[in-house]
Amino acid sequence: MTVLSTPEAPESDLVLSLRGIDKNFGAVQALTAIDLDIYSGEVVALVGDNGAGKSTLIKILAGVHPQDGGTISHDGKTVTINNPADSNNLGIATVHQDLALCDNLDVVANLYLGHELGRGTINEVEMEKRSWGLLRQLSARIPSVRIPVASLSGGQRQTVAIARSLIGEPRIVILDEPTAALGVAQTAEVLNLIERLRDRGLAVVLISHNMADVQAVADRIVVLRLGRNNGEFRVADVSYEDIITAITGASDNAVTRRAQARVDSADAAAAAGAPTATALPKEERP
Amino acid sequence: MTTPTSTPLPAGADDAAPPAETVRLAAVAADLQDERLIQPHGIGGTVRAFGRRVRSGDIGSLPVVIGLILIWVAFSLLNPNFLSSTNLVNLTLQCAAVGTISIGIVLVLLLGEIDLSVGSVSGLSAAILAVSFVNMGWPLPVSLSASLLAGVAVGLLYGFLYTRFGVPSFVITLAGLLGFLGLQLWVLGSTGSINIPFDSWIVQFAQQWFLPDWLSYVLVVLTALAYAAQLFVTANRRAAAGLSAVPATSIVVRSVFLLLVLGVPAWYLNQTRGVGAMFLLFLVLVVVMNFFLTRTRWGRSVYAVGGNVEAARRSGINVTRVYITVFVLCSTFAALGGILAAGRLAAANQGSGGGDTNLNAIAAAVIGGASLFGGRGSAFSALLGILVIQSISSGLTLLNLDSSIRYMITGAVLLLAVIVDSLSRRTRVSHGRA
Repeated sequence: MTVLSTPEAPESDLVLSLRGIDKNFGAVQALTAIDLDIYSGEVVALVGDNGAGKSTLIKILAGVHPQDGGTISHDGKTVTINNPADSNNLGIATVHQDLALCDNLDVVANLYLGHELGRGTINEVEMEKRSWGLLRQLSARIPSVRIPVASLSGGQRQTVAIARSLIGEPRIVILDEPTAALGVAQTAEVLNLIERLRDRGLAVVLISHNMADVQAVADRIVVLRLGRNNGEFRVADVSYEDIITAITGASDNAVTRRAQARVDSADAAAAAGAPTATALPKEERP
Repeated sequence: MTTPTSTPLPAGADDAAPPAETVRLAAVAADLQDERLIQPHGIGGTVRAFGRRVRSGDIGSLPVVIGLILIWVAFSLLNPNFLSSTNLVNLTLQCAAVGTISIGIVLVLLLGEIDLSVGSVSGLSAAILAVSFVNMGWPLPVSLSASLLAGVAVGLLYGFLYTRFGVPSFVITLAGLLGFLGLQLWVLGSTGSINIPFDSWIVQFAQQWFLPDWLSYVLVVLTALAYAAQLFVTANRRAAAGLSAVPATSIVVRSVFLLLVLGVPAWYLNQTRGVGAMFLLFLVLVVVMNFFLTRTRWGRSVYAVGGNVEAARRSGINVTRVYITVFVLCSTFAALGGILAAGRLAAANQGSGGGDTNLNAIAAAVIGGASLFGGRGSAFSALLGILVIQSISSGLTLLNLDSSIRYMITGAVLLLAVIVDSLSRRTRVSHGRA
C-alpha cells in the first residue's frame, strides 16, 4: 500500500470540482447530481458497475459531450467544456478505453497528434527525439516509432495512448480502464506509471473494474451506481467488501453470495474430513 | 530457413558478446536500439527490406509505376509514334487540366470522402470565365478570380452541408453534379459555346507557352539540389538529435536519381516544343500540396481525420475545419482545372467539364494510389494516376480506336486499380499494418 497524502495537505490543491452534474441521453438519465472533486498529487479511482455512468462522466470532462446540468469549476472558476480542445486547454488529458489512435499514422504522429511541434512546418526530428525520451521514461518497449500504430500489440498501443496523454503537460490525466487489455508485467508497469504521474503532482482519475489495481494505486475511491454518487472512501480505511457493497448497492449481492458459496463448500469439505488448503477468514460476513 | 537456435555459436562467442553488444548499443542511434528491428545491411539488405514491405501490403506507388511502364512499352510496340517527343509533349498538356482536378480528389479521398461534381464545377468555372471575360468584358484577372471564387463557394457549401447536416458527401456532390451542370448551362445562355480570344494570355499560357530549354534544365538542377539540401539538412539534424540519419552516399544516389528522372524527360520533351508552362504549373501544384500534406499541421490532421475521425476529434483537431478546407480546396482545384481546360480549348461550351472529365479525375487519384478508404495516398497520386489515364487515352487515340473502346479500357484500368487498393488493404490488415 502506498503512503497516503491527504487531500487537505498543502501540496494537494483542488484542481477540478464537479457539482450536481446531470446528463441524459433521450429518455435515459445517465447521470444525476454527480459530485466529484479532483486534487493534484492524488489518484482518485472512479468505480462502478457497467452502466453506472463512469464513462459518461469522463466523456463530459474530456469534452466529448457537454453536461445537461450542474457546474464544473477549475481552480475555483466555473468553466464550460464544450469540445476536446476546451478540455485540453484546462490541462485535462484523457486516455479513452478504445485508445483512439490513428492506425494509418506512425507512433510519433500519434503521440503529437493535435500538438505537433515546430512553427509553420512540423519539426519531425524534435518530435521523434522527444518521443524516444518519453517512451524510455515509461520504459515502453516499442521497436520503432516510425511504424504505423496498426502494427503494434495491444499493450504497446495502450502505452502509446498513455504516453500521448502526457505530451501536452497536463494537470489532470484521466485513464479509462488502462489495464483492461494488459498482461501481468505490463499492468504492473502501468500502475508504476500512474504512481509516477501522481508523484509529479498530477491529478489522476482512474477508471477500473479491477479492485486489486484500484487498491494498489488509488488514494481515494468514488463509487457511482446507476448514475448517482454512491459513496466515497479513502483506500486506507475501506475494505474490499465495503467497496463491492457500494458498487452493487446491497450487502447481499452476487459477489458476496459467490464468496459465501465458496466458504460453504469449503466448510462442507472440512466437515467431510477433506483437507482444506487455505483457511478463509471472512466466514462471518453475510 | 534455419531457426536461430539450430545454428551453433562459435566457441567463445558467448563470453565476448555482452561487452561488444554494450559498446555497439552506445554508438547506435536512439531509434535503432531495439534488438527486434530488422536492419538492412548494404544494397542487398535494402532491396530485401523493400521486398518485405511490398509483401506486407505497403506497396505505395509501385503498382502504378510498373503499370505505367507496361502501358508505355505496349503502346510504343503498337505504334512507334506513341513515345515520340511530339506526342509526349501533347500528353503532358493533356494531363495538366484533369490532373489539377485530380489533386483535389486526392484530398477528399484522404478524408475517406468523395466529390463526384468536380466535372460540373470545372465546367461552371470555364463558363463563368468565358462569359465574364468575353461577353461582359471584365479584365482577365477579375474573370479568373470570379471563376476560382465560384469554386471556393461550392466547396464552402459542400463543407457546410456535410459538417452541419452530416449528409454523405457522395449524395451532396451527386446533387452538385446535376445542380452545377444546370448552372453552367444557365451561365452560358442560349449561345451554348463561347470562344476565348487566342491572344488572351490564358489561352497563350495553356497552348503556346513553353519553357526555354535552358530554363527547364536550370529548374531540374535546382530541384535536385533543393532535394539534396533538404535531405542533407534533415540528416544532420537527426544525427545531432542522436537519431539514425541517411548516409551521405544515399543522399547523393537519391539526388542523382531525381536529377535523371526529371532531366531525361525534360531533355526528351525539349527535342520538340519542350515543357509546357501549364504542365509546370500542375507539377508545382502537386509539389506544393505534397509539402502541405506532409509538413504542416493541417496536412497531418487531414491524414488523421481520414484514419480515425474520432481519434482526431479527441486529440483536439478541429475536424469541421479540416472537412471544410478540404472540400473548398477540392472545388477550387476543380475550378482551376476548368480554367486550364478552357484555356487549352480556347473556348467554354456546354460540354466543358462533361463527358469523362469527372471519372478521369477520380480514376487518376485512385490509380495513383489514393485509397478509397481514406488516410492513405499522396499528392503525387494525382500526377502518376493522370499520366496513366492520359497515356491510355493518347495511345488508344493513336491506334485510331473508337471512344467506345477507350471508355471500356479506362474503366477496366480503374477497376484494376480499385482491386489492387482493396487487396493491398487486406494484406496490410493481415500483416498488422492496416
